[in-house]
Amino acid sequence: MYSASDLRKNLRLMLDDDPYIVVDFQFVKPGKGQSLYRCKLRNMLTGSQIDRTFREVDTFKPADTEEKNMQFLYREGDSFHFMDNENFEQIALTQEQVGEAKNFLIENMECKVLMFRDRPIDITLPNFVDVVVTDAPPWIKGDTVSGNYKPVIVETGYKVSVPPFVEQGEKIRIDTRTGEYLTRVKG
Amino acid sequence: MSAQWKLEAKREALETRACVLHATRAFFLSRDYLEVETPNRIPAPLPESHIDALAAEPWWLHPSPELCMKRMLAAGYGRIFQIAKCYRGHERGPLHLPEFTLLEWYRAGCDYLRLMEDCEDLFIYLSGAMGISNRLTYRNREIDLSKPWERLSVKEAFDRFGSVDLERALEQDRFEEVLALEIEPRLGTLKPTLLYDYPLSFASLARVRKDNPAFAERFEIYIGGLELANGFSELTDAAEQRRRFERENDVRSKRGRPPWPMPEKFLEAISRMPESAGIALGMDRMVMLFADAFSIDEVVSFTPEEL
Repeated sequence: MYSASDLRKNLRLMLDDDPYIVVDFQFVKPGKGQSLYRCKLRNMLTGSQIDRTFREVDTFKPADTEEKNMQFLYREGDSFHFMDNENFEQIALTQEQVGEAKNFLIENMECKVLMFRDRPIDITLPNFVDVVVTDAPPWIKGDTVSGNYKPVIVETGYKVSVPPFVEQGEKIRIDTRTGEYLTRVKG
Repeated sequence: MSAQWKLEAKREALETRACVLHATRAFFLSRDYLEVETPNRIPAPLPESHIDALAAEPWWLHPSPELCMKRMLAAGYGRIFQIAKCYRGHERGPLHLPEFTLLEWYRAGCDYLRLMEDCEDLFIYLSGAMGISNRLTYRNREIDLSKPWERLSVKEAFDRFGSVDLERALEQDRFEEVLALEIEPRLGTLKPTLLYDYPLSFASLARVRKDNPAFAERFEIYIGGLELANGFSELTDAAEQRRRFERENDVRSKRGRPPWPMPEKFLEAISRMPESAGIALGMDRMVMLFADAFSIDEVVSFTPEEL
């Protein structure tokens, strides 16, 4: 069982008999009062999102799910195709099922696909992914006042804040759990 | 090394932080307050149901310096302030850190109404030190810090902003939910709001109003939707305070948490405490206002995750 203080982004839990994943999470605590956990959750079967506020006393069952090692093959419109590393079967996930992972999926990437009663419902990526910067505003040298960071777009279409010295065509490492830039990658 | 640029980017906010700390000290020293330091490590915190102290075996890290400072007040230190690192478990969010900085001050011979004026004066002094002449820009809003601030009773706030009135919220056990999610974000948007007169069940360590015992002389400061401080006219009735602590311990037991021992030395001290008022103000959040920060992470050198 989870308690409310275990709630965090990406936690998977059962709610009204469906598996849900926490997609956004805010800790709220009025002065001297009890903690409130304001969550956006995604139904991992339907993809629909709900808002719920939990209290300290609330408890949840972990989602009844199983992880399988798979390889991401390719994307075709809204479907994302994967291959099971054990039996080489191929499956497809919708964009809703893939969720934020779509920002970091590179062809041939190894990942874990989450199954709920034999249905693919979600994927877990490696913690770090190296991606090419495809669109970046130029570095204006000496710009140190406004230059704490700047937005760039990477090959998956994801937008991320990076230090000003990162340039188009370079490879950068992103932490897939936080979606944040970590470092430049050589070669 | 990879996260160093984040730390580098905090320079401006950390300079604001230093300025706010220095100016706060200057404000209290100019008003004849004594700056004190009390132990961070204490045998047990005050019994409060919704605050989890962190262990420092075999004792505890204080969740606030309240306990020791009130013992000093009872011993005749009539004007004291402290800027203290405080610790609370299970508190992490855009406005919460498990280790944070509290400013507390206590003043003998004064009640919560007089204390509200201290708060106004402190912010006006700080805005002078920051060179912003009472006009604070926070999250694209201009907030006028000049006196007098808006004074709004909890009851009025529920009537004005809540989906239910105060009475119904208390009946349905939704007081905190309505306050935190519906009311708080709308407070202090043009001028700071002093939200005052809390229902008795949320009196904490505040004195009950003589003319209306359903309410306690407690207030909170809100600026730009941010809850900044919690103050009250101090309860000096040890028997009543003991009953409240026992109730807090009951709530803790129901949540499966061990009850705290009765703070006997504290209870003995408050019966000797003069009429007084005191307040705890979140320094990190105050810095957030002056640094126009969206998250508390931006105004501390390191968050626990960055260590």
